[in-house]
Amino acid sequence: MTAETIDLSKFVERGDAGTSHMTLAVDGVGCAGCIRKIEGGLAKLPGVIDARLNFTQRRLAIDWHDGEIAAADIVAELEAIGYHAHPFAPERADADDKRQEKRLLRCLAVAGFAAMNVMLLSVSVWSGNASDMTFVTRDLFHWLSALIVLPAAAYAGQPFYQSAWRAVRNRALNMDVPITIGVSLALALSLYETAGHAADAYFDSAIMLVFFLLCGRYLDCAMRRKTKVFAGNLASLKGEFAHRLDATGALTRVPISALQPGDRVLVRPGENIPADGAVLDGISAVDDGLVTGETLPRNVDPGAAVYAGSINGGGALTVKVSAAGTGTLADEVERLLDKATAAKSRSVRLADRAARLYAPVVHTAAALTAIGWLLAGASLHAAIVAAIAVLIITCPCAIALAIPAVQVVAAGQLFRAGIILNNGDAIERMAEIDTVVFDKTGTLTLPDPVVDASAVAPDLLGRAARLALSSRHPLAAALARSAGEHVPYAGAVEEPGRGVRVLIDGEEARLGSPAFCGLSAATVAAGDDSTASWLAFAHGGRTALIPIRQRLRPDAIAVVEALAARGLDLIMLSGDRPEAVRPVAQSLGITDWHAGLTPKGKIEAIARLNSRERRVLMVGDGLNDAPALAAAHASLSPITAAHLTQAHADALFLGERLAPVLYAIRVTRRARSLMRQNLALAVIYNTLAVPIAMAGFATPLIAAAAMSGSSILVTLNALRARFVTPDKAMAQAMPARAGRDEAEAQGPAVATAPIAAVTSAVEAHDHECVL
Amino acid sequence: MNVLVYLVPLALLLGLTGLAGFLWTLKSGQYDDLDGAALRILPDDDVAGTQ
Repeated sequence: MTAETIDLSKFVERGDAGTSHMTLAVDGVGCAGCIRKIEGGLAKLPGVIDARLNFTQRRLAIDWHDGEIAAADIVAELEAIGYHAHPFAPERADADDKRQEKRLLRCLAVAGFAAMNVMLLSVSVWSGNASDMTFVTRDLFHWLSALIVLPAAAYAGQPFYQSAWRAVRNRALNMDVPITIGVSLALALSLYETAGHAADAYFDSAIMLVFFLLCGRYLDCAMRRKTKVFAGNLASLKGEFAHRLDATGALTRVPISALQPGDRVLVRPGENIPADGAVLDGISAVDDGLVTGETLPRNVDPGAAVYAGSINGGGALTVKVSAAGTGTLADEVERLLDKATAAKSRSVRLADRAARLYAPVVHTAAALTAIGWLLAGASLHAAIVAAIAVLIITCPCAIALAIPAVQVVAAGQLFRAGIILNNGDAIERMAEIDTVVFDKTGTLTLPDPVVDASAVAPDLLGRAARLALSSRHPLAAALARSAGEHVPYAGAVEEPGRGVRVLIDGEEARLGSPAFCGLSAATVAAGDDSTASWLAFAHGGRTALIPIRQRLRPDAIAVVEALAARGLDLIMLSGDRPEAVRPVAQSLGITDWHAGLTPKGKIEAIARLNSRERRVLMVGDGLNDAPALAAAHASLSPITAAHLTQAHADALFLGERLAPVLYAIRVTRRARSLMRQNLALAVIYNTLAVPIAMAGFATPLIAAAAMSGSSILVTLNALRARFVTPDKAMAQAMPARAGRDEAEAQGPAVATAPIAAVTSAVEAHDHECVL
Repeated sequence: MNVLVYLVPLALLLGLTGLAGFLWTLKSGQYDDLDGAALRILPDDDVAGTQ
């Protein structure tokens, strides 16, 4: 992929007896064939003891003998088999979540066992009460029920009692307080009634309530953990790397968390600064907005301090790290989840407020019911039973779950498909869009174009490639890769949308658009075959035009067609020349395209659409797209985008395919309709159930069933967001997750013949999902 | 009604056995990779001669 080597030693755990262990997040696993291919392929490597893929979590655990193979080789082998993988440091939080889930499942099993056996006794008592059961047998059955339920409720109800106790100790009320009071009251009342040889006891209601609540609680926990697992996978697949410079000036890609104080790192224009440190070399402006909240860029020169998380501006910087890397995976996962599920949207705020108001209302309503019945002359027993029913039935679980449950499931579904949500309210905004605006370079086309090396003098190409190391532009990255240069020039400055410049041997060298390098449009037209993009390079009076050709993303045509079929307006805005944009637009069938736009031109185009009340989804990746992404109603970026651009995008997608754009729109639309359904369900339930319970028509058993039923209904309804399957048409257009070369063979290339000539053939991988 | 003296404990015992069985499957990690378990039975590579 890149001209740099990778150091992964940080993720390897040393076992005893000279073995090593590593966990990897694997992308693109989709079928039984994948399991066999990955496990079989890795087992063939020398020194590998065991490789086991957890299909549910898309994680691979591998053990090997030290020294016989390196961690980077394993990742490379997976890449060669056709799967993108990245090592993963398992966090303690993960193990805690797993324990919590298992504990809930144990409680659920105990409560289920008790509920089933108690119902056996209760049904006998009910039928006995209607016929000829003696009070001796009935008392025996009640005492047996007490024997089963009291220990079971004491054990299985712990998650609720503990949470209620925590809330009360903090002088707050949560949903578990009325549940705990309801269960305790029902059990105490039942014991009292049983001792008095009464006809009715409520042991069954209490344990049923605990059982159903645990069902809901477990579903919620399992769904959150699943989302967290996929977020964790994405966080590691996203692979936040820093470019470390070693003593010889060569670049190594290291995970940010592996940086040590004293390391020197190169930060390219538009990239995040990976760790706190001081500038050694280069001049730039950094945006500290994410760190200090300061919105004006700060100029930095050698000696200035920079902070992790700031975004580098126009110049390449060499930074000496002063504090070890902060980007641990746990932080990253928390950040991803917080961003994705942060309660920002209007409906979430509404649901939150309702849930907060509700807790005191529940208790007041129950107390009023009891007092009301007593005043009306009912017995103490009847008043307490009605109050218990109200306490249980009005518990606001359904309302509190309605929106967040959908949001968690939808976010999990997006994470699973390789889409990272930056904003919680992006789900709602993305569901509303009616126009999709695409950037061309790196968005509709693959981010890695190919350089035609035969057209340029080798010495100029070498210098151009070295200068290209300091730029984030996709064309420059391709140039840097093609020449295999490792050592960047010091002090390069990038001008967004134009190019990079630096002093080499006292003379200014420029790499960028032909105009930036002093070439006229006529020169470009003369050598033009209209299928290539051109980077110009000028140094010491010599100039060169470097042809770089792009390929469409493998499924671009199918996705664009599917988007059009959904009635969305499609527009393409590119900074590239019309000759390069036209063939792409034609092959995709996009009629509304604009070429040669500056960043300002893109914002103006978006603003025009906004003023016509269009809801625009902007899909773009370049530094020049960042303002347009911010201006659009919703925005998406490929993960290869510059950090500055990523910070402005609502969501990022991983991988070579364009299908996530379509998928994100489908999932968010589904999620929005599910949120509305859930809110309606919860409101209808409460308006119906509360008056019934206050009027005394609901026994505690019915209340328990109705209240738990509404929560479970809402949660299950939210789970339907999971059933948005990837499009069949997309899957057929591209088998599972084809390698790059396969994309070239099957996918429509913008310029087929020249590519075949310049691309070094990489081994083709069969990746059909067959057994 | 004397039959209840041993039928009810028997029913409870059966229920407890089921509960213990479930807790054992939970403890031995049989729910860790449900999707994978469903797929792993499909390949025939454990049958001699098919690979």
